Amino acid sequence: MLYRETGQIKTDYKSDMAMFPIAQDRWFIYGCVAVAVIGLPLFASSYIIEAFLIPILIWSLAALSLNMLLGYCGQLSLGHGAFMAVGAYAAYNFATRIPELNIFIVFILAGLCAAAVSVLFGLPSMRIKGFYLAVSTLAAQFVIEWVFSTVTWFSGDNAMGTVDTPAIVIFGYKLESSIDLYMFCLVINIVLFVLAKNLVRGSVGRSWMAIRDMDVAASVIGIRLLPAKLLAFGVSGFYAGVAGAMYAFVYLKACDITSFDLFQSFNILFMVIIGGMGSVMGAYFGAAFILLLPIVLNITFQTFFATSGFAGLVSNIEHMVFGGLIMFFLIVEPLGLARLWSTAKEKLRLWPFPH
Amino acid sequence: MTATEEIQSAADQRISDEVLMSVRNIRLSFGGVKALRDVSFDIAKGEIRAIIGPNGAGKTSMLNVINGVYHPQEGTIFYKGKTGLMKPHEAATKGISRTFQNLALFRGMTTLDNIMTGRNMKIKRNFLWQALRWGPAQREESENREAVERVIGFLEIESIRKTPVGRLPYGLQKRVELGRALAAEPELLLLDEPMSGMNVEEKEDMCRFILDVNDEFGTTICLIEHDMSVVMDISDRVVVLDYGSKIADDTPNEVRANQAVIDAYLGVSH
Repeated sequence: MLYRETGQIKTDYKSDMAMFPIAQDRWFIYGCVAVAVIGLPLFASSYIIEAFLIPILIWSLAALSLNMLLGYCGQLSLGHGAFMAVGAYAAYNFATRIPELNIFIVFILAGLCAAAVSVLFGLPSMRIKGFYLAVSTLAAQFVIEWVFSTVTWFSGDNAMGTVDTPAIVIFGYKLESSIDLYMFCLVINIVLFVLAKNLVRGSVGRSWMAIRDMDVAASVIGIRLLPAKLLAFGVSGFYAGVAGAMYAFVYLKACDITSFDLFQSFNILFMVIIGGMGSVMGAYFGAAFILLLPIVLNITFQTFFATSGFAGLVSNIEHMVFGGLIMFFLIVEPLGLARLWSTAKEKLRLWPFPH
Repeated sequence: MTATEEIQSAADQRISDEVLMSVRNIRLSFGGVKALRDVSFDIAKGEIRAIIGPNGAGKTSMLNVINGVYHPQEGTIFYKGKTGLMKPHEAATKGISRTFQNLALFRGMTTLDNIMTGRNMKIKRNFLWQALRWGPAQREESENREAVERVIGFLEIESIRKTPVGRLPYGLQKRVELGRALAAEPELLLLDEPMSGMNVEEKEDMCRFILDVNDEFGTTICLIEHDMSVVMDISDRVVVLDYGSKIADDTPNEVRANQAVIDAYLGVSH
């Protein structure tokens, strides 16, 4: 009833190929953006903004980054935590060594640095695929971690290895309050998501998906495999770099290589798998799920068992329930939350008259 | 004029004397297995050329050599005035499209996206334009969509335009694959067993599409097929391979009467 496309007649190909061809989808997205831009800053406390909303914006970007590479182009990377580190350190160096640079330019340059590194480590994809490629990107993780912890030039010759990032200043206005930082992340996030969505539904995205689904057929219809794969590594690296710079500048307010270890690479991979491979929306779902579920579980368990005197046991049970829920979701819907979402929409199209 | 003569004269008008492709002395082996032994034949512009032969005769290997998936140890290919072997994407940009014996559709994509991918190399705007999807990039996408819609209309698959191809029945998937090959507006269309696993009705439809492609767009077609009645009905000339060697190259009627061909298919008593 609510989700009918009857009467929405498209008279040109442009409207049929729009990002959200169905009007209800469009309204829903406008609603979400309105809530994110107006509603949340007005009503959410600064704790919620800093502890939930900003991390979700940052990690959804990281998940989107890996999703373009893995979900669309079919190339598995376990080095995305390191690519984020490249972005973070590049942004730190640009911002401190050339202080007059605009922060957006700093972030773009940081993304480009991460893209270059990512392309470099994507070169083996010419010859190897699947698990073997995953292992070679794992090398990226270790090499980059080693470089940043050994070469102190990257962290301003600071012996500790941890450095505070400079405050974000946009045209003379210093971003301090949590709402300022949130809006900053939100703007970058929305712009990059729109660009990514455009990319994956255009011919670039089609060539990536063709490589993912059947690379021989892709080459036979005129797709040059290596440039297309390297473009995927480059774009993905750019997004990871920007996400890393945001993570350092906005969330940690410091640059520290231990925040970009292998565990983060795996976290991004889990977000992609749970959110849904090959779906831009899935990046939000995955990031929200992985970040929020432990907190929700924590609050639930603390409320019910805090007084029982098994605090240590409770925190272990949280981990077990978290793992169990991930397994449950993957068994029920191996294609992730995004697929649940689209199945729900398909059902809703016919509801309440399924025939 | 008798019916046969009439068909012959129609074919003469359709097929020009110009040689579009000529395969010269191809030798291909995988380790000790000799897949192709000194095979040569040519394809005239506008004809429907069939390659037949028993299983393992090297038919698919021949197509793979033509569009560069396999690299033969010896021999070369003459195509549109140039001699030399091509890489797969080069062959595609020079107007050679193909379908595969086992379906090679992009299963995660819709029918529309699959066929759009067939036109990917026609899209010239780079990824930055596409990320913005504004002005020229948008126009280019719409123009290509229009061309794809013509293919969709031609193959009568309008109703499954937005269905993921994995959900389609086999016969329709084959048709979508033909559509993806056609979307590139090929000059030479290589079809690897376009009718395998189809029922009679689907086969008839597919024959009709192949003849129409040849007729309306003037596309030269080279096809591999096991169904002899189909081959004899629609092809202009037939190459017969057996154990990697060419044993006959003639019109369907001559090939049908050729003793070597009969022996290859039925076996000979020694």
